[in-house]
Amino acid sequence: MSSFRPQNNRAWLGVLPVVLIVAFSAVIPLMTVVNYSVQDILDFNTRFFVGLQWYEQTLNDPRFIEAFLRQVAFSLTILTIQIPLGIWVAKGIPQNSRMTPLILVVLAMPLLIPWNVVGTIWQIFARPDIGLLGVTINALGITYNYTSDPLHAWITLVMMDVWHWTSLVALLAFAGLTSIPQPFYQAAELDGANRWQMFRYVELPRLRGVLIIAVLLRLMDSFMIYTEPFVLTGGGPGNATTLLSQHLATMAVGQFDLGPAAAFSVIYFLFILLFCWLFYSSVVARNED
Amino acid sequence: MKTNMSRWILCGYLVYLLLPLYWLVSMALRSNAEIAGEFSVLPASPTWLNFAEIFSNPVWYEAFANSLTYVGLNTLLSLSVAIPAAYVFSRYRFLGDKQLFFWLLTNRMAPPAVFLLPFFQLYSAIGLFDTPLAIALAHCLFTVPLAVWILEGFFSGVPTELDEMARLDGHSFLYFFFRVFLPINRGALGVTLFFCFMFSWVELLLARTLSGAATKPIAVVMTRTVSASGMDWGVLAAAGVLTVVPGILVVWFVRKDLVKGFALGRVS
Amino acid sequence: MSWMAWTLPTALFFSAIGLALLILTVFELRSPTRLAKGFLPMQTTRGDRFFISLLSAAFIHLLWLGTLGGALWGASLLAVLWAVLLMRWG
Repeated sequence: MSSFRPQNNRAWLGVLPVVLIVAFSAVIPLMTVVNYSVQDILDFNTRFFVGLQWYEQTLNDPRFIEAFLRQVAFSLTILTIQIPLGIWVAKGIPQNSRMTPLILVVLAMPLLIPWNVVGTIWQIFARPDIGLLGVTINALGITYNYTSDPLHAWITLVMMDVWHWTSLVALLAFAGLTSIPQPFYQAAELDGANRWQMFRYVELPRLRGVLIIAVLLRLMDSFMIYTEPFVLTGGGPGNATTLLSQHLATMAVGQFDLGPAAAFSVIYFLFILLFCWLFYSSVVARNED
Repeated sequence: MKTNMSRWILCGYLVYLLLPLYWLVSMALRSNAEIAGEFSVLPASPTWLNFAEIFSNPVWYEAFANSLTYVGLNTLLSLSVAIPAAYVFSRYRFLGDKQLFFWLLTNRMAPPAVFLLPFFQLYSAIGLFDTPLAIALAHCLFTVPLAVWILEGFFSGVPTELDEMARLDGHSFLYFFFRVFLPINRGALGVTLFFCFMFSWVELLLARTLSGAATKPIAVVMTRTVSASGMDWGVLAAAGVLTVVPGILVVWFVRKDLVKGFALGRVS
Repeated sequence: MSWMAWTLPTALFFSAIGLALLILTVFELRSPTRLAKGFLPMQTTRGDRFFISLLSAAFIHLLWLGTLGGALWGASLLAVLWAVLLMRWG
């Protein structure tokens, strides 16, 4: 939002529909979750106030802590792969060639595939009996089976996420790169900058804005990932690939533990709120420079 | 500038992107006997039978229709509330505007799993459970903030002099908005429509929770097939191919505005 | 409404937040804040600092609950102190 806009409180009329619709689908459910989280609910007529017991239980529940640590490990892993790879891919895209639109469309393709189909694609691709990848790796003499080996399941999950989302980073970085004026490069070349220096002092500062968006979008979206691992591994083998959302969905729908699942939801939501706020302050800070 | 190394990385990455997709298409063209039989990279005898199965079996094509219904509804709802909001965000300052914008953003980022419990109760309580409207409304939680965010970025790029000029020419605000402003932002609307459509199209968790027998979406039917004992890989792959088609069609039409849309309109 | 499972403590909690928002709105209409730079790394308004206080209060309580457990008045005291610090010098 640019900062030289006239003050007009009647503008609220324009945002009212959005506020109403989002309030209906966000505020009411969120308040309900908080209500559930402090009670032991047998059914809606038989419920007891238990205070913060579920919170204490969740925070000390090894399954929650493990799912949380796995989640953090997963998010950090995919960030450290996707951000550099995305930038590198973006640097390879020619800027004014007839091929450019075609490359961009191909890059965008994984982003448009329904998330459960992404899981299905990788299931079909990686299975050791019928998958191109699975069969090829096994033919090379390496035993690979993502359905029984936790490490293989993890590697497959990370490969799938890299396949699914690196394009987003690449497209964002490409948008940033195209906005760098050519004279910047020429000036740096005259100064005898090598390629690393060129990247470090010319491109990276200009990419800062889009990279903040990329890192935080990827961080938050990976933090709520559910469908792809659900289809690919179902959280297994064992609980090896059970991430936060998966754990929560099992608690809420599978076991119908309203209280503990709600306390879990609130804690989960607070973390998202924290990331979101960091994101917003850094984007806004940038726009008001 | 020499970017040979990056060019190679790009090519390698594109191959990595296309290989699983090739495998999906190639599986869709095989009979189950061939899939279970000897492994081969190319389909030995390509067949359309898997696609024929989908187009002739009501469970499959009704699921497609169900998905398209709630996705269409969601897109319509999201755009019609997001356009006025994005306009005022881009044109005026008002009490709490930044806080409101932030609040919208938090909903885009919120994990669907968090809302799972209350959504089921909420929509059952108001009698919307197992209707397309329930899923469309639930998806609004994520598509409306996204739509506002993207549109605001595009609208801010349109100079306010335009609004001034229309007013001086004696046009009413509504005339200006619908006949001048929106047509100028056709690209932005296209990109937003595309994002709403895609988000609602790709989501599984909420759609699965809020749908019963009457509205079963395609994603749910696909996961059911996976968990059934006999793996019908060929049909599953064919269904997968069909779900990718709408996305590719839409992206081809908005490819020019795509990059800007991905940067959520915030890249100069 | 029974499915929302209201209890007195949560009702009070949300009323308190609603009231705080109302007070901030009225306060804002009476004397609008300006962006100011305190010890936080970015410029903030009164509303921003209030939000940061609330969010940190939540995390202070969670941390206390997760590590020490038991009575929470220590966490609450800490949260209030931090909130005062933020609102005044943040």
